[in-house]
Amino acid sequence: MSIDISQFHDVFFEESFEGLDAMESGLLNLEDGAADIEEINTIFRAAHSIKGGAGTFGFMAVSEFTHKMETLLDEMRNGQREVTPESTNVLLEAVDVLREMLTAVQQDKDTDDARIALVCEQLDDMLGGDESSDIEQESETASTDSDGDQPIGWKINFRPHLHMLQTGNDPVRLLRELESLGELSVNLDESQLPLFSDLEPEDSYLAWQMELISDVAKEDVVEIFEWVEDDCDLTIEALFSTAETSAEMSEAESAVAEPAESAVAIEVTQLAAEKTETKQKSSAAPVAASIRVGTDKIDSLINMVGELVITQSMLSQVGDNFTEEMLPQLIDGLAQLERNTREMQEGVMRVRMLPISFAFNRFPRLVHDLTDKSGKKVDLKLTGEQTELDKTVMEKIGDPLVHLVRNSLDHGLETPEVRLAAGKNETGLLNLNAYHQGGNIVIEIEDDGAGLNEEKIFNKAVEKGLVNADDKLNPEKIHELIFMAGFSTADVVSDISGRGVGMDVVRKNIHSLGGSIEIASEKNVGTKFTIRLPLTLAIMDGQTIRVANENYILPLISIVESIEIKDTDIKQVSGKGELYKLRDDYVPVIRLYEVFNIEPQITDLEDGLLVVVEGDGQKVGLFIDDLLGQQQVVIKSLETNYRKVVGLSGATILGDGTVALILDVPGLISLYREPSSKKGLVKPERAA
Amino acid sequence: MSDEELQVNDSLDVISEIEDGAEQFLTFILGDEEYGVEILRVQEIKGWDTVTNIPNSPHYLCGVLNLRGTIVPVVDLRLRFEMAECEYTATTVIVVLNIEGETQRTVGIVVDGMSDTHNVIPSDIKPSPDFGNTIKTDYITGLVTLGDNMVMLLDIDRLLSVEAIG
Repeated sequence: MSIDISQFHDVFFEESFEGLDAMESGLLNLEDGAADIEEINTIFRAAHSIKGGAGTFGFMAVSEFTHKMETLLDEMRNGQREVTPESTNVLLEAVDVLREMLTAVQQDKDTDDARIALVCEQLDDMLGGDESSDIEQESETASTDSDGDQPIGWKINFRPHLHMLQTGNDPVRLLRELESLGELSVNLDESQLPLFSDLEPEDSYLAWQMELISDVAKEDVVEIFEWVEDDCDLTIEALFSTAETSAEMSEAESAVAEPAESAVAIEVTQLAAEKTETKQKSSAAPVAASIRVGTDKIDSLINMVGELVITQSMLSQVGDNFTEEMLPQLIDGLAQLERNTREMQEGVMRVRMLPISFAFNRFPRLVHDLTDKSGKKVDLKLTGEQTELDKTVMEKIGDPLVHLVRNSLDHGLETPEVRLAAGKNETGLLNLNAYHQGGNIVIEIEDDGAGLNEEKIFNKAVEKGLVNADDKLNPEKIHELIFMAGFSTADVVSDISGRGVGMDVVRKNIHSLGGSIEIASEKNVGTKFTIRLPLTLAIMDGQTIRVANENYILPLISIVESIEIKDTDIKQVSGKGELYKLRDDYVPVIRLYEVFNIEPQITDLEDGLLVVVEGDGQKVGLFIDDLLGQQQVVIKSLETNYRKVVGLSGATILGDGTVALILDVPGLISLYREPSSKKGLVKPERAA
Repeated sequence: MSDEELQVNDSLDVISEIEDGAEQFLTFILGDEEYGVEILRVQEIKGWDTVTNIPNSPHYLCGVLNLRGTIVPVVDLRLRFEMAECEYTATTVIVVLNIEGETQRTVGIVVDGMSDTHNVIPSDIKPSPDFGNTIKTDYITGLVTLGDNMVMLLDIDRLLSVEAIG
């Protein structure tokens, strides 16, 4: 049977990673004291599936490792072992290691064998001293041969449990496979068979004692029973030419069980010593190329497609014999088409949406680990986990969220002593909340920690030369300073934070998703980060504007307001250009035709409009000729075939087939500050 | 020989040419000169269409075009070669090419008009002489004589690389 099973690898990896996530959250729940038997069972089943799958696909290292975890979990669920914090911690570490091992196998990379060996040892220590009654120890057969005698075969006692048949396994098949390995003699044990009237046809009452004369290794015999190992009682003993009693054999077996375990551990550490000690920590989580969609979403899409087909045939009918009298019907048909298209668009977008719990799920573990290390007490609350957002957005928002949570835990929340001294509860609060608002999803990360230390931030900024010592900045402006590149007020660089590469990357990532981030903070009260993201990457609301004879699109989300201005409101500042007085603020005026090097048609500020926009925390006013309509635009990439242009975030195709460029406000601001060197080259006019 | 026989001989010639490992080139006209590109790199040829200008781009970049949903940059080859610019007429065409590089890209070039397709045996391609300091020499892989004309074969990957048109 040589089916190429490598085509199923992807499914195995996906399911295994999901299983690992389930194990992790289960273990964290166990930690909190609820030693629920159901929980342990769930964790056990997940480990069991991974082990079975790994074995099937030949990933023996993974299978063996998982086997140790499974043994530990089995003892826990049988009540043979207590659920202690030590054991859950070891298991949590083991889950991490297993994740790494799976990622390494999936991406064909090297594994961190030192770490694997360490956790192996820890697991073995926990298990050690216990007589491993599971004879399916994947130990080297060499070590079982301490008798020096090669077995001529195996004595196999096989008793299926009552319900084994219901798993779809047929003992007859197993016996047939055993027969293919060599000479098999079978003795039936029907002692458990009840009377015919009491017989349940789907239950298994029979058992077999068999002797297999063959020179196959024990693993090959074990392999046959792999699928049923939990649903039966199985003993496999070596048969020797001299009629040794099974009692002696099992004694030797258990005696070699311990040295076998240490033999395995030694082998692993040896391998680790041979390989170089490079820490191959898998970087980002592997991006899954598939998505689970509820059938209800698919069904509604199918319905919508059906309606679309009906509308299309209706329209083509109208088009076939069109006369002017049929115009109302045409208009109706087109309105119907618009409705259908909009429904389909929303339906398809929903397919790509997943609940944000997928992104939030890593936080309990993160908080747990970081509070362990730092000794702080933190209560993590997650709300709005069912809020859905686009899959790609969620994958990209994961890292920024982790960074913000780490910041909260490191900079924001104080140690219990400091908190008590400040009159707060010993346990800090960390709230993650998500909800829909307008066409966006809003994610809030709130803590009741120390808040942003404005003085410290200001001083650090002066130190780094980002601001002048005599600049007057209000609290909001000071908060914005932390988004500058290279900024950090941590005095000590730890591996959690302090390197100063975080916040600006966070903001850049959020901006690349078309979103925004705001800070609200009060000293000693707490800090709140609010992230706004569009519900989908590809489509956005745009405002069409006209500059000279070119049309551009401004993202609606960046527009604050648009005003007609008077010359008297403009102040000329040497070295800084024109400033417009907007209530209490002065905003710089950017003449778009200058930035874009196009021939202007309107140069007098009173003849055009000023659109106040916001980007990267700064407000500027764009001087344009006119505002045209608002519409939803599909964002097309410029970079695919051309390159990234500063000031443009992409392009879109208008209804008349022409391309319109989408403006990027932060880019425009940097263009304004540093004008492009390509000024002056006017391009020839080309008509279509 | 009868007409039929002549025809058969012609096609036999074509077949034998292809079998010799010949490559096919598409040639086009720019002013008085004829240039050629590998035909396998040509995605399509279309007439001149409205192009959206990109601010602060090189003057030889006319702008970007909507090609069935994809944004494709369009380069005016005359301006790229620093020749005199000229008005676009009814025969002005855009040749859409597939460019290899770090990534696969699609770029269009504006030329005066299309010429023909030719089968060229690699041994017929002569190396380009040093014209001096003109811009063209960097982008010419070789010269070949087709009929009465000397055709310059272009290295489009270099000519239209990201750096070149950015």
